[in-house]
Amino acid sequence: MADCVRLRYVIDGENFTSAGEASVKVKRSLRQMGFSPEVIRKVSVAMYEGEINMVIHARGGVATVDVYEDRIVIVLEDEGPGIPDIPLAMQAGYSTAPDNIRSLGFGAGMGLPNMKKYTDDMKIESVVGKGTTITMTVNV
Amino acid sequence: MKISEIASLLNAEVLCGNGELDREVKSACGCDMMSDVLAFVKEQAVLITGLCNPQVVRTAQMMDMVCIVFVRGKRPPKEVVELAEKADIVVLATNERMYVACGMLYQSGLSGGGVVNG
Ligand SMILES: Nc1ncnc2c1ncn2[C@@H]1O[C@H](COP(=O)(O)OP(=O)(O)OP(=O)(O)O)[C@@H](O)[C@H]1O
Ligand SMILES: [Mg+2]
Repeated sequence: MADCVRLRYVIDGENFTSAGEASVKVKRSLRQMGFSPEVIRKVSVAMYEGEINMVIHARGGVATVDVYEDRIVIVLEDEGPGIPDIPLAMQAGYSTAPDNIRSLGFGAGMGLPNMKKYTDDMKIESVVGKGTTITMTVNV
Repeated sequence: MKISEIASLLNAEVLCGNGELDREVKSACGCDMMSDVLAFVKEQAVLITGLCNPQVVRTAQMMDMVCIVFVRGKRPPKEVVELAEKADIVVLATNERMYVACGMLYQSGLSGGGVVNG
């Protein structure tokens, strides 16, 4: 754990208005730490998608961002319903979001594909009825 | 294209960022699905949307977009404009509909920018 800065946020699952705030904070911190705009964008978009997913699909959770010199690791943990079929959920366009979420601008089924696209490594662990942990790494 | 040109082409009201209308915009994305916006990487882009919630601003912020245009005469709530102001994003509001607003900007030389699955 040498030279690691840890950022940690509790994501409120009850409040859609605040969804995305943690990602905004991470973006600001990474900018202060002097990372390149491209690295910052990758991290913040991937985390933002994951943060929104935790709010709309999993009643919130906890986000941890470990910043190393050569990589940034984002861990998103929730105790939501879990993802029964991960390969299906990863497909572009697949979404279980209800109409009220769609009317807020989410539910295109592009979040998980975006998270994969913007990160160098992504791992999903999920147990139905227990929750989901997503670990993403962006190399600097 | 300068943001000021976008504002005049769309006869738009400037809701915040009046001092930054000289900023240059190079591409645009017209979209109501935020993850579609997030799939799109381009520098100095403008987001044209009919949605008015805080996530629109945060989405634009994540993508380093410089301007948001709200179409169809929608006026976002005050908190949403304040969020944009804090994020250094210019906010415009036009009565034009999405299709027309995008068409006008495209015709005037503002391109769509990159390919989504690039
Ligand atoms: N943390 C999670 N807990 C439970 N289910 C999830 C979680 N994240 C994603 N899912 C499931 O995977 C599906 C696909 O997620 P994805 O983020 O790709 O799309 P979406 O959230 O439905 O729409 P978009 O991200 O485009 O707004 C979701 O509709 C949901 O069924
Ligand atoms: Mg999603």
